[in-house]
Amino acid sequence: MEKTQNNRAWLLVLPVLVVVAFSAVIPLMTVVNYSVNDTFGNNAFFWAGLEWFDEMVHSRRLHEALGRQALFSAIILAIEVPLGIFVALNMPKKGFWSSLVLVLMALPLLIPFNVVGTIWQIFGRTDIGLLGHTLKALGLDYNYTNDPLDAWITVIVMDVWHWTSLVALLCYAGLQSIPQAYYQAARIDQASRWAVFRHIELPKMKGVLLIAVLLRFMDSFMIYTEPFVVTGGGPGNSTTFLSIDLVKMAVGQFDLGPAAAFSIMYFLVILLVSWVFYTVMTNIDRSQSDIPEAM
Amino acid sequence: MLELQGVSRSVGGRVHIHPTSLTLQRGSMNVLLGPTLSGKTSLMRLMAGLDQPTTGRILWDGQDVTGRRVQDRGVAMVYQQFINYPGLSVYENIASPLRILGRPRDEIDRKVRETAEMLHLTPMLARKPLELSGGQQQRCALARALVKGAGLVLLDEPLANLDYKLREELRIEIPRIFEASGAIFVYATTEPEEALLLGGNTATLWEGRVTQFGPTPTVYRQPVDATTARVFSDPPMNFVGARKQGAAVSLGESALAAGSFADLPDGAYLAGFRANHLSLARHRPTAVEFACRLVGTEITGSETFVHVEHGADRWVGLVEGVHLLTAGQPLSVWLDPAHVYLFDASERLAAPAAYAKAA
Repeated sequence: MEKTQNNRAWLLVLPVLVVVAFSAVIPLMTVVNYSVNDTFGNNAFFWAGLEWFDEMVHSRRLHEALGRQALFSAIILAIEVPLGIFVALNMPKKGFWSSLVLVLMALPLLIPFNVVGTIWQIFGRTDIGLLGHTLKALGLDYNYTNDPLDAWITVIVMDVWHWTSLVALLCYAGLQSIPQAYYQAARIDQASRWAVFRHIELPKMKGVLLIAVLLRFMDSFMIYTEPFVVTGGGPGNSTTFLSIDLVKMAVGQFDLGPAAAFSIMYFLVILLVSWVFYTVMTNIDRSQSDIPEAM
Repeated sequence: MLELQGVSRSVGGRVHIHPTSLTLQRGSMNVLLGPTLSGKTSLMRLMAGLDQPTTGRILWDGQDVTGRRVQDRGVAMVYQQFINYPGLSVYENIASPLRILGRPRDEIDRKVRETAEMLHLTPMLARKPLELSGGQQQRCALARALVKGAGLVLLDEPLANLDYKLREELRIEIPRIFEASGAIFVYATTEPEEALLLGGNTATLWEGRVTQFGPTPTVYRQPVDATTARVFSDPPMNFVGARKQGAAVSLGESALAAGSFADLPDGAYLAGFRANHLSLARHRPTAVEFACRLVGTEITGSETFVHVEHGADRWVGLVEGVHLLTAGQPLSVWLDPAHVYLFDASERLAAPAAYAKAA
C-alpha cells in the first residue's frame, strides 16, 4: 500500500522543534562557538581552532578537579546506593507508618540546594553550629574551614543526607511492586533472608536501581551549589569540583574560550560514563554464569 | 493423610473460614471449587501453614502440625501468578528447593533433569523465566513445586492467568503429573469444568464454608443443597418455585407427574435444573413447556447460550447449534422432568434428578 505524503505534518512538529532549538540546540551551539574562538568582548571573535581544547586536556588544574570529582562521585555512589537499598528494605510496607516515613523521606528532596548548603554550613560551624560545636566539645579536632578531610566529610555527609532518600524511595517503589506470593513461595522453599534479597528483591529492583545509579552519578558529578555554599571549594582547592572550577574559570576569570571547551568535555565525560553504567547494568544479567553455586 | 479438624480462621472479627473438617487421603486429587473470595486461598494457606487457624487442629499422618512453621512441613505451592526466581535459569529455579535442603550435587542434577523432562522443559533449562512463554513459566513453577517430593502440593488457580490454549494443554497434563508424584494434590479453581476434568474429590466452597466434600461426580450429580448446585454449575443452576400436591408437581405454570418425587411430603419446593438441560424444542414427550421472553443470546460457535426471563426468574439455557433469535421475543423452552432437582424450603436437597440417581 502506498503511503500518502502529507507535508503539513511538519507544521505540527514545528512547535517542538522551535522549543528544542531555543532551549537546547542554540545555547549549546553558543558554547561550541566560544570554545573554538577567542574573544575580548564587543562580539569580536578570533578563530582559535582546537587551542582551548588542547590547553584544557593538558591542564593540571582540570586534571585535579576531575580526580576530585571522580573520587567524590565514587564515594557518593558507594554510600548512597547500598544505604538507600537498606533503608528501603526496612521501611514499613503499609499503614500509617508507611505514609509518615514516606513524607519524612521526601523532605530532604524538597529543600532548595542552597538552603541545604546553608543548613550544613551553619550546622558544621564550631562556634555556633550544633554539629561542629558538639564535636569540638567531645574533644574532636573538627573544622571544615581549614582541614581538607573535614571539609570532604562534611560535603559527603551532606550529600548523603540530601539524596539517599531518592535512592530509597525509588527502591521502595520497586519493592512494593513485588507480589506477596513471591515471599510466600520463598518461605515455602525455606529460602534464607539473603536468598530472598539476592534472588527476588534485587532482580525485581534492577530497573529502578539503574535509574537511581544514573541519577545519582549525574547529579553528584555535576554538584555545585551545596559544596560552594559550605566550603566555597576550599580549604585551598580541596573541594573544588568540576562545576565549581568551571564557574571560577568562566565567571571569575572570564576565560570564556577555555571554559567553553571545558564545558563540552565535561558534558562528554558525563555522557560517556552514564552510557557505560547503562550498558554494564543492562548486560549484567546476561553475563552471569548460568549455574551459580548453592544459594 | 491430611486432616482438618474444626479448623476456622477469622481476621479482625471477620470470618474467613467457618469451622471446617476435611480429610484428604494420601495420593488423592482434591479440588476446591468456589467463586472468587469464597475462601479457597484462605483454606489453602491454612493447609500449608502460611496462616494459623483461629480454632481447630491440623493433623498430618495423625500428627498434630497446627503450630508448625510452613518451612518445616514439606509443602509445595503453585500460584496463579507465575512465581519463579527472576534472575536464575530454569535449571537453577528447579534446583533451588533441593539446594536449600542441601542435597548432593548428582542427586540434584538427576532430579532436576527428571522433573524438567516430565514437564517438557528440557530444551529451556538454560533460559531465564522471563524468556519463556506464560505456559512454560508456570511449568517451571510446577517443576519447582514437584521436585521437592513434598507430601502436599497446593495449586492455587494455577491456570487462571494462562490463555485458553495453554490452559487446555496443562489441564490435561496435571492429572498425569499428579499420578507420577504420589502426593496429596489440592487444586483450587473457580471453574466447574476444571473440577470435572480433574476428577478425584471436590469440595465446594461458598462464603468461607465447605458446603460439600466428596467424589467429584457425586458432588456434581447430587449436590446437597442449592448453593452447592449453583457453585458447581456453569452457568449457575436455574431455579423455579415448585409445589408438590399429591401425585403432581407444579413448576411455574407447568405441571408434571410426581414420578420419582412421589415419596416427598406435599408442600413448597425449589426446583433446579442445569442450563444444558433446557431445550428449544420438545425432544421428549414428557418434557414440560415454559413460556419465556428472550433476553439475549451468546453464540459460542457450536452452541448457543439462551438467556430468558420466566416471570421474575432469569434462566440460562445451553442449546446445541447456532440460533439467531431476536431479544425481546416470546420464546418457549422445554425441560425434561428427569433433569429436575428439588430443594426444600431451607434449600437442602430433597430429591436429586432422576437421571442423576440412575448414574
